[in-house]
Amino acid sequence: MNNKLTLENIQQFDLDEFQEISGENIFACYQCGNCSAGCPAADFMDLAPHEVIRLLQLGQIDEVVKTNTVWICAACVTCRVRCPKGVDLSKIMEAVRQIVLRKKNNYVDLNKIESELREKLPQIALVGNFRKFTL
Amino acid sequence: MEISYYPGCTLKTSAKNYEKTGLALLPIFDISPVEIKDWVCCGATYSLTSDNLMYQLAPIRTLIRAKESGNPRLLTLCDMCYNTLKRAALFIENDEEKREKIKNFMDEEETDYRGDEVEVVHLLTLLNEIGSQKISEKLVKSPLDLKIATYYGCMLLRPKEIQADSAENPQLMENIFQGMGVEVVEYPFRTECCGSYQIVNRREIILDRTKKIISSAVKNNADLMVLSCPLCDYNLEATQKELIEQDSNFKPLPVLYFSQLLALILGIDPEINDWSLHNIDPTPVLKRKGLL
Ligand code: SF4
Ligand code: SF4
Repeated sequence: MNNKLTLENIQQFDLDEFQEISGENIFACYQCGNCSAGCPAADFMDLAPHEVIRLLQLGQIDEVVKTNTVWICAACVTCRVRCPKGVDLSKIMEAVRQIVLRKKNNYVDLNKIESELREKLPQIALVGNFRKFTL
Repeated sequence: MEISYYPGCTLKTSAKNYEKTGLALLPIFDISPVEIKDWVCCGATYSLTSDNLMYQLAPIRTLIRAKESGNPRLLTLCDMCYNTLKRAALFIENDEEKREKIKNFMDEEETDYRGDEVEVVHLLTLLNEIGSQKISEKLVKSPLDLKIATYYGCMLLRPKEIQADSAENPQLMENIFQGMGVEVVEYPFRTECCGSYQIVNRREIILDRTKKIISSAVKNNADLMVLSCPLCDYNLEATQKELIEQDSNFKPLPVLYFSQLLALILGIDPEINDWSLHNIDPTPVLKRKGLL
């Protein structure tokens, strides 16, 4: 991953828009790592949850979007209840997802889900999944 | 006493065992659930964005129906419905500006709703209010030689402002079952996420979660697991067969809604269960323990 910081790529990040969507202050995070330590899905993520926030603090949303992390997050809210600074990382994950989805890039496609699985899944799995991964 | 009842989509379809047994418990304690009229799907997951209010409409419309019913306590059985309804109610209670925006958008609604008039209550909370002593007085099967693992997952416990019990050490199911002499085993995964909606497109995450959660409960000698969320139930049951195929050392564990076990203990006709809805057949262990 290219983490080279330039004034230009920091300035490309629309922090106001991000705060408007997430309702969260990403600068409250002091990188203790508690969120990542308790995240049940961290093993599957390219970037640990605290690394997502660090990159966002540095304006590097493009680097976050290149990874699978926000699509692995299950919105379980464990990170939020354990964060000593009260940062709601589940909202930050959602805001990144929304920024991608609002550019008309749906992450899942109902037609690509095998019909056998689709019939077995409980409604809350499908509705919940499409809420997070489509617009 | 009457209480408004919101079933949500899944209890009417894949989680019929939960609805039937959950509702069958209530008349024992003189409670009559009354399904609210014209309810809609709550959306299953609470919207975590601040700037898009569209996702709040469905749960709020259901809360309005509950207010109109005249019984402002609204019972839910599904943990995801509980979470979504409760968070939506709190959201508009605390944000006057957004509440007005939503109200203006839903101008066909005749009932004014502020967010604090309906109390969303989960079946486990209701049973805890009745109290383990009163529940145990109705015991039909006794003594019970049974070790269970309780599983809470996320939606009943997080975030803090809507939690039905402690996020790290919940006791809602323990209170009920220990009170009637059932042994509840300790294991470290009671409140860890099952992987949730990732079952749709990231099955490998659910397999990993199920393996850890179920194996830990088995290692601590649980005879079966009880829970209260239809998505946790699906995830933790449906993937066990694959785990058996992948690893001959994996030991499966039957998973039931807590209400199914409680209904059996309280002597409700087992025929109300459709055992074919289970991926891991719980009937052998229930027979062995004298519950069937
Ligand atoms: S737990 Fe909170 S403060 Fe610590 S790294 Fe995570 S978000 Fe930042
Ligand atoms: S909400 Fe997402 S990032 Fe936070 S602990 Fe759960 S899965 Fe991990």
